[in-house]
Amino acid sequence: MGKTLFEKVWDKHVVDSIPNGPSIIYIDKHLIHEVTSPQAFAGLNKRNIKVFRPDKTIATADHNVPTLNQHLPIQEALSRKQVETLNKNCDEHGIELYGLGHKYQGIVHVIGPELGITQPGMTIVCGDSHTSTHGAFGSIAFGIGTSEVEMVMSTQCLLQNKPKTMLIEIDGNLNEGVYSKDIILYIISKITASGGTGYFVEYSGSAIRSLSMEARMTICNMSIEMGARGGMIAPDETTFEYLKGKKFSPKGDEFNASVEKWKKLKSDIDAKYDKVIRYDAKDIEPMITYGTNPGMGIKIKDNIPDNAINTSSESFNKSLDYMGLKSGEKLTDKKIDYVFIGSCTNSRIEDLRIASNIVNGKKKSDNVNAWVIPGSKSVEKIAIQEGLDKIFNDAGFEFRQPGCSACLAMNEDKIPKGKYCVSTSNRNFEGRQGPGSRTFLASPATAALTALNGFISDVRDYN
Amino acid sequence: MEKFLKLDSTIMPLNIENIDTDQIIPARFLKAVTRDGFGDNLFRDWRYDNDEKLIEDFNLNNIKNDSKILLAGRNFGCGSSREHAAWAIYDYGFRVVVSSFFADIFRNNALNNGLLIIQLDQHKIDKIFDLVSKNIDSSFSVDLNEQRFYSSDGKIDERFEINDYNKTCLINGYDNIDYLLSIKDKILKFESNK
Repeated sequence: MGKTLFEKVWDKHVVDSIPNGPSIIYIDKHLIHEVTSPQAFAGLNKRNIKVFRPDKTIATADHNVPTLNQHLPIQEALSRKQVETLNKNCDEHGIELYGLGHKYQGIVHVIGPELGITQPGMTIVCGDSHTSTHGAFGSIAFGIGTSEVEMVMSTQCLLQNKPKTMLIEIDGNLNEGVYSKDIILYIISKITASGGTGYFVEYSGSAIRSLSMEARMTICNMSIEMGARGGMIAPDETTFEYLKGKKFSPKGDEFNASVEKWKKLKSDIDAKYDKVIRYDAKDIEPMITYGTNPGMGIKIKDNIPDNAINTSSESFNKSLDYMGLKSGEKLTDKKIDYVFIGSCTNSRIEDLRIASNIVNGKKKSDNVNAWVIPGSKSVEKIAIQEGLDKIFNDAGFEFRQPGCSACLAMNEDKIPKGKYCVSTSNRNFEGRQGPGSRTFLASPATAALTALNGFISDVRDYN
Repeated sequence: MEKFLKLDSTIMPLNIENIDTDQIIPARFLKAVTRDGFGDNLFRDWRYDNDEKLIEDFNLNNIKNDSKILLAGRNFGCGSSREHAAWAIYDYGFRVVVSSFFADIFRNNALNNGLLIIQLDQHKIDKIFDLVSKNIDSSFSVDLNEQRFYSSDGKIDERFEINDYNKTCLINGYDNIDYLLSIKDKILKFESNK
């Protein structure tokens, strides 16, 4: 029997297996950041050992950094200490650090791919659940906890139970106004926030193949939002073209040889998955969430339903109460207060181009605060070269500096209590964007148009 | 890691589905560089309002017990990979979480910290919620060696699954990193064959 893409990559990384227990998996790249690494370094120091493979470890500061005045010392004492602790730990353990102020600094899942650190067939982990992003290159990439960060630092290995495999295939041409964010929100609305738990997902089909690498990353990024450990897409010409010339990509003949190897990274025709789901691209429309988990999503013109799959009426009603919404209500025309364009889901240059195309020459609504947070210094640089910063600033948006920002509101970028935010990020949990904040997840196009109109808007109505 | 063998306790019920790690410990409390003290902020925004006043109808505030077992709705621990969620639950005093469904990363984080995960079918979870709602002082026992979770009145008696490796680690307080360091030769050999 043939193997799935996941099995091919997994099998190549099994160092050993414990009978009736987990496998020992070798990790090719370990990405670390300031929030989930300090306790792991402290563990190593307590054992009096150094990071085993510092050359396979790359660090950045992203979760807890300000998005204004990054040239100044961080104002908030605890955040400053966390970032300084990362600097010190990387120095002591010989780890390459793209810290605050570095030209490669940025959200860990934006910089990995854009620097060519992320490559097909690799195993990649990071103490962050959205590590699934890197699966867009045909790598096994998933988020881990801090104890696991410590395992990888100590031995470059992880103890992991092999997940089941799921294929999600989407064929057909995408409708007008549908972006990759809409595709993944559609999938999660169908299979729920827990429907992927225990699985590693592979996305395939002509609709997926038609997407750019940036768009594929958005889909793999949100695999965790259906509970899946990760999501992956077999590498193809789009992947190879993206990787060509990236800083850490192989060069010259070595690149061509790598491409030949990477081409073999696809599921065999007779491979068996534990679960297969198929969708038709023509059924997908621009999406928005209405509740407090990413599975609570609807087509933007639909009314809020009166129940959700696998959710008790108590939990469902609690969610709507929190959002200040009612079943049967329409979301288009709903007045909003904030727009956040950023996060590891949607802060890449393509996302900023899509949003700026809509914003160009227009003004934001007076009742809206609109923030654009580029995913990295590299994205920021390209955006400035292309004049996108000017388009946003002229329209009354704030074009800021790179970081995770209001996606998780660890820094000052918080949505105030009770306020509505249309966000291109990945989680609409209670309080995620600040205590009491209310989040609608949507694509960068929907977010941009919403900022102009001041109310939730369907991009198909844009003129 | 502390050893886990047997435990007798009442139950803290939290009948909410999809409890994500942002609820267990909000991101603004992740700024520490140590593992200590996260219990103070466990379920922070459900326990306190914006003026730092206790929200009295939240179970952790209105049920006065020192329960070591947290019983929660399905899909517990979804969302962020933050291990701080497992640290907060443990630091608060819980040693067991019981639910019908757990998120994958949370499950690993819990087990890596000596926090036992018991997964049972939804109808069994419903039965336990029902029993606890009738008598909050109902006493329960967990026997890890027997893989048994039962109430002292005999109304609940369930076997739960755990793989042999995790079970051995919990019972003996073994550390995964010690184990991985002990097979360093195999890792070096794997690297040289790569």
